[in-house]
Amino acid sequence: MSVIYLLISISIFVAVGFFIAFIVAVKSGQYDDDYTPSVRMLFDDEIKKTPKKEIQTTEEKQN
Amino acid sequence: MDTQNCFHCGLDIIKAEEIIFDNKEFCCNGCKTVYEIFSVNDLTCYYDFEKSPGATPLDIKGKYEFLDNENIISKLLDFQETATAIVSLSIPHIHCSSCIWILENLQRLQKGISSSQVNFPEKKVRITYNPEEVSLSEIVYLLSSIGYEPYISLENYETGSKSVDRSLTYKLGVAFFCFGNIMLLSFPEYFEVKEYWLDAYRPFFRWLIFALSLPSFFYSASSYYVSAYKSIKSRMLNIDIPIALGIIVMFVRSTIDIIFDYGSGFFDSLTGLIFFMLLGKMFQIKTYSFLSFERDFKSYFPIAITRINPDSTEQSVPVYDIVKGDRLLIRNQELIPVDGILISDNASIDYSFVTGEAVPITKNSGDKIFAGGKQIGKVIEMDVLHSTSQSYLTQLWSNDVFQKNVEQKHKNITDTISHYFTPILLLIAFVSFGYWIFIDTITAFNVFTSILIVACPCALALTAPFTMGNVLRILGKQKFYLKNALVIEQLAKVDTIVFDKTGTITTNKKTSISYQGNPISDNDNLSLKNLLRASNHPLSRMLYDFLPNMEKKRIADFEEISGKGIQGTIDGKQMKIGSASFVGKKEDNTLLQTAVHITIDAVYFGKYVFNNEYREGLDRLFKVLKDNYQLKVLSGDNDGERRVLETILPKGTELIFNQNPEQKLEFIKKLQQQGSNVLMVGDGLNDAGALAQSNIGVSISENVNVFSPACDAILEANEFQKLHYFLMLSKKAMTTIKMSFALSLLYNVVGLSFAITGNLRPLVAAIIMPLSTITIVSFVTVMSNYYARRLKHKSKKFNK
Repeated sequence: MSVIYLLISISIFVAVGFFIAFIVAVKSGQYDDDYTPSVRMLFDDEIKKTPKKEIQTTEEKQN
Repeated sequence: MDTQNCFHCGLDIIKAEEIIFDNKEFCCNGCKTVYEIFSVNDLTCYYDFEKSPGATPLDIKGKYEFLDNENIISKLLDFQETATAIVSLSIPHIHCSSCIWILENLQRLQKGISSSQVNFPEKKVRITYNPEEVSLSEIVYLLSSIGYEPYISLENYETGSKSVDRSLTYKLGVAFFCFGNIMLLSFPEYFEVKEYWLDAYRPFFRWLIFALSLPSFFYSASSYYVSAYKSIKSRMLNIDIPIALGIIVMFVRSTIDIIFDYGSGFFDSLTGLIFFMLLGKMFQIKTYSFLSFERDFKSYFPIAITRINPDSTEQSVPVYDIVKGDRLLIRNQELIPVDGILISDNASIDYSFVTGEAVPITKNSGDKIFAGGKQIGKVIEMDVLHSTSQSYLTQLWSNDVFQKNVEQKHKNITDTISHYFTPILLLIAFVSFGYWIFIDTITAFNVFTSILIVACPCALALTAPFTMGNVLRILGKQKFYLKNALVIEQLAKVDTIVFDKTGTITTNKKTSISYQGNPISDNDNLSLKNLLRASNHPLSRMLYDFLPNMEKKRIADFEEISGKGIQGTIDGKQMKIGSASFVGKKEDNTLLQTAVHITIDAVYFGKYVFNNEYREGLDRLFKVLKDNYQLKVLSGDNDGERRVLETILPKGTELIFNQNPEQKLEFIKKLQQQGSNVLMVGDGLNDAGALAQSNIGVSISENVNVFSPACDAILEANEFQKLHYFLMLSKKAMTTIKMSFALSLLYNVVGLSFAITGNLRPLVAAIIMPLSTITIVSFVTVMSNYYARRLKHKSKKFNK
């Protein structure tokens, strides 16, 4: 049963690891702006789509 | 697309000025150009995220010349090296996801920009660029040309990079970490199972819990010890004393418990308590990071201004380097940063920043002009009389009100309760200790500590933060932004409301125009409108917009005589519009109004009078406020509007005119000395002193992002008529707090009955504590939301 010492120690270490991750995240300013990233993550796909659409409109312009 | 709105900016399109480009309709050339820039660079999906997200780019030629000055640039940059520089620019127009998208794709528009990142809540963009390839001024011009003109003021020049205080977040993180782990490790103790293995490992669990509680006890709770110590020192019994006492007693008793193996201690409750209380603190802090409540003249003034050197070269110099005797060049829409004497023939200066008066004042060569005015029209030259800090306007900030750094002006409601709570608590603790000591010493100590533990006013301390935090958010949603939660309590106490006139109860932008005199035929009015078309004078523009829209006519012999008026011949009729002396009418000086007079073929017809337009719902607002508050109106203007105001406002409203900024401040001070709690509602910089002096200074703002003097709360101008509702809600918030105080005291009584009889088991404490917290928090949230809805309903009915 003395394995409980090991198990609990491991669990505490894991918890401390996450805790340190939290502190690092706060320190780097991740929580200062919690709105913009939520919008930003929706953008990536649109940028790739644009050129195609744009070619059409420029063609129209030339006609 | 058959909308009549501009594809870029969404404004109505005037048919005559419509521009069609790429099958899309635009209201002006500026909007079309922005669209062109985007379409050439494959960025048109800017228009996909949001409908008409743009803004018309303004002409800013020459405005940012100072950005070529190395010294100024280095002050503005966050980071600078040979090949990389980082700048944070504040852009008030940021308002939607399209804005974020376009601003984060700046590198596609301009070579040399490596990346840009938007902080939406702060309305800022952080641009990393290579100064060898692109200069800061080029970036600013690029931003302006796409409608995102950055706001650069003297404020940016002074403050370097600000360090953010994140200690509360860390403390909360530590407290939650300790609380969570201790809760888990405490589970075996809760069930008290007589099981061999659990018993064998009990000391291990307990000491682990003890170790985990240390960071929470020493770090997370540290602010409570400091605050308690301070309050004892200043002989004020605030709520932090019983809290700190409870925490310390809890920790010491629990440690003794586990050392002598009396029990498991109260570490779970202890860390839980610290966590919940810090959570309340966190909730109470709701910051509107795009607003600033600490502004002074610095945020209005430009960083640099163009100086004309003796050898007649132009140079951009920082405002602080201007000395007496310098000659300055002020462009259209530029702010005059110092007092001086006008050298150019004439100027029309808009003092709306200072006085709130929208109609510009005409100055002639040799006249004194004051800092804070904005030149409208052509370029002017002026000689400097005082440096920036000694100017008439800026001297206001040397008043004591701005020097004092008062941490907290008043005792808040929680501390008032605590004033009674703490002595009673200590009395109960000592009395029961005295009773038990004759029966059993150990029980006596147990009872004594239990009382202090269970009475630790966690729920009491949570009530106010959660109520205020919630109300703060409710108000914020309705565009009434408070500096902090304490303001709500002050709002509830207000008994006198002082309004500024111009810009506060009148609107800044619109001016209502009325005609007095002999009737003018439609045809003549049409001619007048065409004549006005040619003039750039602000009054002409206003009158032009006021007159009905009609076809164009040809004007002959047009002439504009600066400071007097305009004249021209249309359809063979000679028309003159201008000041009374210009049209040859004897001026009636007793009437203090702004008006333009009209003659057609040398026959005097009449005048168009520009009246202040009062805000919508003003009379209704004053009518409801009058029952509960003393109302006063302060104005920097002359009393030309007295009669109008007297008819609109209810009887008993005191009207005071001709007040300069210092007099306004003194007026508030005098009211306070008479024992009033004064709410000042103002707008311009001239109210800054009064706003700072009053118990609560509310600043009315047409554009909350940019213009508002230092104050306790910012109210968006079109929500002005809701002021009464906001005041009522703050009162109800206080009622909610009082009710939940009663509730939490009830919990204390229940807890105390356990403690006094010596029955407080750790398990009981572990149940009572979170239970009381959760009920209190939900009670106050539900109540404040309920009041907010009911009052809103009521005020809607009233306004109909």
